[in-house]
Amino acid sequence: MDTNRRSFLKLGGLCALGLGALPVVDALGKSDLPQVMNNPQALVGKRWAMVVDMKKCWEKGKPGCKDCILACHVTHNVPDIGSIKEEVKWLWTEPFENAFPGQESQFLPTEVMEKPFMVLCNHCAQAPCVRVCPTQATFKRADGITMMDFHRCIGCRYCMAGCPYGARSFNWKDPRNFIKTELNMTFPTRERGVVEKCNFCDERLGVGKIPACVEACKDGCLHFGDLQDPNSEVRKILASHFTIRRKPELGTDPSVYYII
Amino acid sequence: MKIYNANKIIPGLIIFLGLITFPMWYNMGKAAPPPEIKFDTPVIQQMAVKQCVLPKADMRTGHMQLLNEWRTQVVRNGYRTYVAADGKEYNMSLQNECIKCHSNKTQFCDQCHVYAGLQLGSVPYCWTCHIAPKEAK
Repeated sequence: MDTNRRSFLKLGGLCALGLGALPVVDALGKSDLPQVMNNPQALVGKRWAMVVDMKKCWEKGKPGCKDCILACHVTHNVPDIGSIKEEVKWLWTEPFENAFPGQESQFLPTEVMEKPFMVLCNHCAQAPCVRVCPTQATFKRADGITMMDFHRCIGCRYCMAGCPYGARSFNWKDPRNFIKTELNMTFPTRERGVVEKCNFCDERLGVGKIPACVEACKDGCLHFGDLQDPNSEVRKILASHFTIRRKPELGTDPSVYYII
Repeated sequence: MKIYNANKIIPGLIIFLGLITFPMWYNMGKAAPPPEIKFDTPVIQQMAVKQCVLPKADMRTGHMQLLNEWRTQVVRNGYRTYVAADGKEYNMSLQNECIKCHSNKTQFCDQCHVYAGLQLGSVPYCWTCHIAPKEAK
């Protein structure tokens, strides 16, 4: 075939036009049905946060009340291993000096020194566990939840070393044999060799329910809401009460606040 | 042509051939029974149109990719509803949606997985975390 510059440029232009039209063809060819979508009832937020009102918990809660912990563990099939070394924790209690190290002073009220503090994953905005995870099994969701994909976890436990709050637990044994509560058939268990932690009840938020611990607390000591929404419950409480966070000096920007 | 040590090499070769073909002649005539997948769960029987998320052929060859995709959408992207080609909506959950119809794991999932030589309980490892449906034995 005899090709001169003119016919070559013509052909080239035609090809470029064809390539440019590809996305249009793709868009037209697609069905108008969405493949996946959100549950319309799902709670949506930009940064989920929690306020734990310890003052109210100590004043109003019956002594030794563990409603929130029980609700969490029943909902998520959390095992009770029975040894401190291998225990699995989602929501648990710590004394003041462990929850807020460096903030103890000499003559604090006795209840602050003696009463337990509810602690859980802080869903930090700058989560160290997310930074160190080599497989991105732990990641940050758009709604601020520090989420885990158990399928991806290889059990290297970097995240446990990275988390300054001890919020992550490793499954040293098959946890199924240690679930003392009745199995929740709608939520999976974990298997040996993966790390687990509080997920801010992402599976409940997805169907329009608030976290199980917040729902279970009869005295209203736990508050849940969107930190970015100025009209949310948590923002109103933060605006009217003095709150502290755990280890703020580390710069992790936790999303769990405490009223003491 | 002369083979050195033929009295050792030839019997040795015969023994070697016999050993490596052992699986073939040991299993001769004993074909594994083809998998029998049962679709007769109460929920499926009540369905007017017996249709899964995708056509049967696609499900048979691609259910693992679909489950993987669902996992990514739910866990990582936060989408929980799948819209099938016929517009029907499904909750993307193995444990809460698939086994609503396929409540017979041993007669459904396991049939092919065992036939294909996958080790039950370790490959595919769905049910080490996800809770298998309770079945009448």
